[in-house]
Amino acid sequence: MNNNVIIIGGGPCGLEASAQLHQMGYNVILVEREPQLGGHLAKWDRLFPEGIKAKEVLDQLIANINGVKYFLNTEVKSINQLDKEYNVILSNGITILATAVLMASGFDLFPAEKKEEYGYGIYDKVITNADLENYFNTGKDRRITAAPKRIGFVHCVGSRDEKAGNRYCSKVCCATAVKQACEAKEAFPDAEVFCFYMDLRMFGRGYEDLYLRAQKEYGVRFIRGRVSEVAEDINSQLIVKAEDTLSGKPIKVTLDLLVLMAGMTNCQAGVKVANMLSLKKDDDGFFTCKDSILHLQQSDKKGIFYAGACTGPKTLPDTLHEARAAAIAIHNYFKERK
Amino acid sequence: MANFGYSLTKSSRIDLNNRNIEKWNRLVELEPDVLKCMACGSCTASCTAGKFTKTSLRSAILYLQNGQEKEALEYIQSCLLCGKCFMVCPRAINTRHLLLSISKIYSNR
Amino acid sequence: MIYEGKQKIWSDYQKDIPDDHYFYVRSCIRQSFFPASEQTFLDITRNRLHKDFFESEHHTTCGGIAYHSDAIPQETAMTIIARQFALMHKYGYENYVCSCITSFGLYTETLETWREFPELEARIKEKLWESCKLEFAKPKYLAHASDIIYKFRNQIAQQAKFKLINKKTGEPLRVVEHIGCHYAKMFPSKGFGGAEYPYVLAGMIEAWGGEVIDYPERRHCCGFGFRQYLVQSNRGYSLSNTHKKFESMEPYKPDMIITNCPGCPYFLDRWQYVISEMEGKTYGKDGHGIPVFTYEEVAGLVLGYDPWDLGLQVHQVSVEPLLDKMGIPYDPSKKYKGINGKDLGRPELPTCACL
Repeated sequence: MNNNVIIIGGGPCGLEASAQLHQMGYNVILVEREPQLGGHLAKWDRLFPEGIKAKEVLDQLIANINGVKYFLNTEVKSINQLDKEYNVILSNGITILATAVLMASGFDLFPAEKKEEYGYGIYDKVITNADLENYFNTGKDRRITAAPKRIGFVHCVGSRDEKAGNRYCSKVCCATAVKQACEAKEAFPDAEVFCFYMDLRMFGRGYEDLYLRAQKEYGVRFIRGRVSEVAEDINSQLIVKAEDTLSGKPIKVTLDLLVLMAGMTNCQAGVKVANMLSLKKDDDGFFTCKDSILHLQQSDKKGIFYAGACTGPKTLPDTLHEARAAAIAIHNYFKERK
Repeated sequence: MANFGYSLTKSSRIDLNNRNIEKWNRLVELEPDVLKCMACGSCTASCTAGKFTKTSLRSAILYLQNGQEKEALEYIQSCLLCGKCFMVCPRAINTRHLLLSISKIYSNR
Repeated sequence: MIYEGKQKIWSDYQKDIPDDHYFYVRSCIRQSFFPASEQTFLDITRNRLHKDFFESEHHTTCGGIAYHSDAIPQETAMTIIARQFALMHKYGYENYVCSCITSFGLYTETLETWREFPELEARIKEKLWESCKLEFAKPKYLAHASDIIYKFRNQIAQQAKFKLINKKTGEPLRVVEHIGCHYAKMFPSKGFGGAEYPYVLAGMIEAWGGEVIDYPERRHCCGFGFRQYLVQSNRGYSLSNTHKKFESMEPYKPDMIITNCPGCPYFLDRWQYVISEMEGKTYGKDGHGIPVFTYEEVAGLVLGYDPWDLGLQVHQVSVEPLLDKMGIPYDPSKKYKGINGKDLGRPELPTCACL
């Protein structure tokens, strides 16, 4: 039996699992389809709740994989189950026989343009959470010119929305929205900031404090109601309609910038690999774990493991926990087979 | 003007563009804790006057945020300042103090 | 506004409809609202585009107004519709095109419901036989008449005598397009351009030289909405909705409005008069309203039909300012003359009209 573990996806989940398995003495091969490691984390600026720089976290995660073989710009071309192992052919021509495969393929951001009524890609001043992170990171976005006077955040874009195909909550968007609302207020101190939410799901340690800070220190106005539609007026400003459900009245406000909190969907590149193995998916499109409490890291196929957002929306700490849990699950799998 | 037996209906929509936030800003300066309200409704639920009159501090805060001063004041004019809402507020807003400050800034009397 | 973003959506929402051999059905109300529109459609398709569009005198109302006003149950409406489809089949056609948006919506809804619930389709089949002794059939393709004009918009542009361009300034006319709700709001994939940014009329405007105005309340109801105006006590809502649209489009100074629904042009046209009487406000220049047209009327103007043959004299808001902008000649003395010089009468209170 060979000592090889192939990890699909070089985001934080794949990095952490690689580091742990490498330390345990396994021969890890990490496959990433993009030209750099880090996944979405590499494109993010700061992390909730305290605002730790994403780059610091990523640099540490990358430093920890010291010695792990990884391939960038590389995809899985084919994957076949043999008697005791998996035969994986990569797009760079390399073939690997691996005893275990870890799907750390993560998530895709919900394509915000699918919520046509919000006008992403049509109205000049509509951006996404990812666009705003990129702006904070680089200071550049052609859509943010003069300092905006009024900024809105729309929670649950492509989440809790059956018509968008996603009934589930994407878990991280509330905390991201509140974090970004505070950051927006820091970047543009004269701006009024509005968050349009249905329920605020500030479940994690320090998240409720973040919400309180957003209200008290930053004066962010939380409006309980989902944005129904967005239009552009003659000055290219955005007209946003919602209901203020707490007063039971329709509400309208003109904004200079609208940020859509795009939710999570299963990563399509990961799904492509999973389909080669006929791995199961739930109704929500994420992979089906062996069971939902005791065996979150196992699939229904021997030797195939899951970690991170490929089995449902997760925060970064959740994902890192799962990466470590998957390393232990894989270690136990090797031991059982000896 | 002609009468056709029907007429234009006034919109009930709240227009946040045209609200006057000058008074609200003064209130926030005086009572920064007003921003802490998370609209849980404990104040209204425990209000002594609220069962018999249209009294709700939660609603008053919301209407002030929306720039509807007249409606907001209707929600507190029967307040007896008994302070029960202060006891139940989970975010420890000094509600009695807040009510007095609202009256000071917004009331015409 | 990012035009490429709209183009992307437009290319996503394209539907496949044939370019010839249609069974055409009229609307029950359009002939009194806009008397020449349907005749113009048939004349353009038959005599300008040389296509086969057949109509039968046996066609009746689709039952849409009664259905949407809760006056008849769904199964009755479906049986009426099954009869229309059966007529199409009887005359040897398999492509169905209707003049009315409410009909189009109801036909689409019916076909989709039958697809979802085959047992209901079977029941309607029986009812059709019981009541009419007709053979049940479903169209292979369903189109709205505006889809057809959209499909041939470039051919019409090639034959154009006039363009949607201000002849004096050379500038494109600023055109508001208003799509009937039942065109694509229920089934976005059934309309050219989908429900949020429909292209069916915008495509015509672009092809004929005009500039499309996208104003904040573009998606809002025209004010028809069945129950809003059918009951007098609700009629204020109807008016208020129309008023909201005009207030929203006013800053863009539109030269004209194009619609593809029976109700929308009627209400956008007539309510301008009512608003002017009630509020003393008009939305066009010099006390005029903004002229409102059906797409067939606009296609007719572009192709050089005489404005009075297009029935434009029965509009509440006078169309002459637009005709002047486009450089279309017309004889004012013939405006209120019908066939053989018959006097059609004149509007009594023409606040939005020029005589």
